[in-house]
Amino acid sequence: MTPTAMKVPPRFNIMKTRELGIVLALAALVLYTTINNPRFLSGQSIRDNLLNTAILAVMATGQAVVVITRNIDLSVGSVLGISAFAVATMMSDHPGLPMIVAILVGLAVGAAAGLLNGVLVRYGKVPALVVTLGTLYMYRGITYSWAGGSQVNADELPPHFLNFANANLLGVPWLVLIALVVVGATSLVMRNYRVGRELYAMGSSPQAAELAGIKVARNLLGAFILSGALAGLAGVLFAARFGTVDASAGNGYELNVVAAVVVGGVAVFGGSGTVWGAGLGALLLTVISSALAVLDINQFWQQAIVGALIILAICADRLVAVRIARSLRKKDSHG
Amino acid sequence: MAKRLASWDSIIILLTLAVLVIASLAVDNFGTSRNFTFMVLDLLPIILVALPMTFIIVTGEIDLSVASTLGLTSSLMGWFWNQGLSIETIIPLCVLIGAIAGVLNGFLITGLGLPSLAVTIGTLALYRGLALVVLGDGAVADFPFSYTGWVTGTIADGAVPNVLILIVVLALIFGVLLHATPIGRSLYAIGANAQAAHFAGIRVARTKFWLYVVSGAVAGLVGVLWTLRYSSARADNGAGLELAVVAAVLLGGVSIFGGKGSLPGVLAGVVLLTALQNALRLEDVSGQALNIVTGALLVLSVLLPNVISSIRGNWQRRKLRQSAA
Repeated sequence: MTPTAMKVPPRFNIMKTRELGIVLALAALVLYTTINNPRFLSGQSIRDNLLNTAILAVMATGQAVVVITRNIDLSVGSVLGISAFAVATMMSDHPGLPMIVAILVGLAVGAAAGLLNGVLVRYGKVPALVVTLGTLYMYRGITYSWAGGSQVNADELPPHFLNFANANLLGVPWLVLIALVVVGATSLVMRNYRVGRELYAMGSSPQAAELAGIKVARNLLGAFILSGALAGLAGVLFAARFGTVDASAGNGYELNVVAAVVVGGVAVFGGSGTVWGAGLGALLLTVISSALAVLDINQFWQQAIVGALIILAICADRLVAVRIARSLRKKDSHG
Repeated sequence: MAKRLASWDSIIILLTLAVLVIASLAVDNFGTSRNFTFMVLDLLPIILVALPMTFIIVTGEIDLSVASTLGLTSSLMGWFWNQGLSIETIIPLCVLIGAIAGVLNGFLITGLGLPSLAVTIGTLALYRGLALVVLGDGAVADFPFSYTGWVTGTIADGAVPNVLILIVVLALIFGVLLHATPIGRSLYAIGANAQAAHFAGIRVARTKFWLYVVSGAVAGLVGVLWTLRYSSARADNGAGLELAVVAAVLLGGVSIFGGKGSLPGVLAGVVLLTALQNALRLEDVSGQALNIVTGALLVLSVLLPNVISSIRGNWQRRKLRQSAA
């Protein structure tokens, strides 16, 4: 791969993207649910769905970048917890602080957690699965020993902090705007910028990337810091949206996040998939759970459906990979 | 390489013994037979699930769906009991259902060639979801005392818990299989290099498939034991146990890349985590705060050998350079 080839973004063809399947599934689901209950497409319902997607989509963005480099970050749920508790405590102690400070502190706490993950993976040569499983426990343990049994309640938090979750800009909630900006900007960088293509190259073949002169260490640290920082941001959004924060905030979120990324078409072995696909995955998972409620289907089916979807997504991925390999072989034999 | 890992095994075993000795001297009530029974009961699910998990990780794969399989069989156990089936029918049925859950994992991974991490994250959600569908958020609690009492009881009302026999027998079977039979050697060969193992005549896919079936069956059995221990069949039984099991296995010195590790190390890892948790609880330290220690130990178990070998490598290189000069 020559440096010039790396700068050329892949041709964008909606019919050939993996994300088409998710869009179709999403459209079919919304259509079916709306026919059964037209209120599903009401303004309030759309708003609720988007608000519920926002936090998951922000975390899925960071996770997608990490997974594309053939790593994984299981610590995101714990990072959300530590950031949510830190920010909520800070805001209840200093109610005068503006929202932007809360967001910056959340980002910083998350980035520090991500940096530790990245350093251990790169310089400790410990596999990402092991590191982030370990820090999943450590960050959660730190939050528990800090919080003890205590929690921060909504009435201790300043109103401007809590209102942030409901406030709008031209009718679009801030939470949704933030998620859109995060997903959009990261997608753009991953698709069109050098560092994005380098991250894909690292996931396709870590050794080749190193030999090609890619700054693997810097990029890898960047990916983990991004994932941590976005989980930290998600913690701020979580605290603002739900108002009540205890040490168990975000417990088990890592599985939803990984599910969104995998359903969104990012292959666990790295090198393929897109960030906006992961965002769509987050949207699909959220819409499924609200559609179940609207269709009056037993809520308990939700998790089973998510599981089936993950397996379906991996199977589809495999099918695409086999087909590509076959067509490449055909080209070879002709050429 | 083998020497380095053997040393991690012995470090973890020595550390475990040290923790046990210090805790029985320094922590009140730690060494009592009553506390011993509690500790064995806490060990039970992690240690049993860790046995097949060790085999799977040694071949370079992973099974994250075990805790959900446990929840599914626990749910079904309650449902079957409500349908009027006898416990004698329910127990083998639950083990069978666990094995079937393993068949699905095994088929997706070896039949379709899908990555085990992704597949078992999928079935983690799927099996837990099915458990919820079966039992909702309710619980079934009226199991006969003759069974629940056996799980929590001790032999002849002495100091040895009944379930300890089960642990010892299964640990012996798995230990002999892994360390003293061709099957065990073939698992290491698969983990070291699956392709080379295939060319050496090992049936890689078939072996892995059966590992997942065994893992599912053991998880099913543990679902039964869990239900009987707490006399409560619930859909969320054992939630999150998969991470504790994987942590214990890796802490015991098994490489996540496969091909390395030993069962005694894993057993020590499980005992270490449980004993620490137990001792701290007796000292009124929150079990959740212990997560810091669990996580740090897990990272250190891989980090330390890496650091030591890189220091040793530097030292040898320097010595070579000196002798060359």
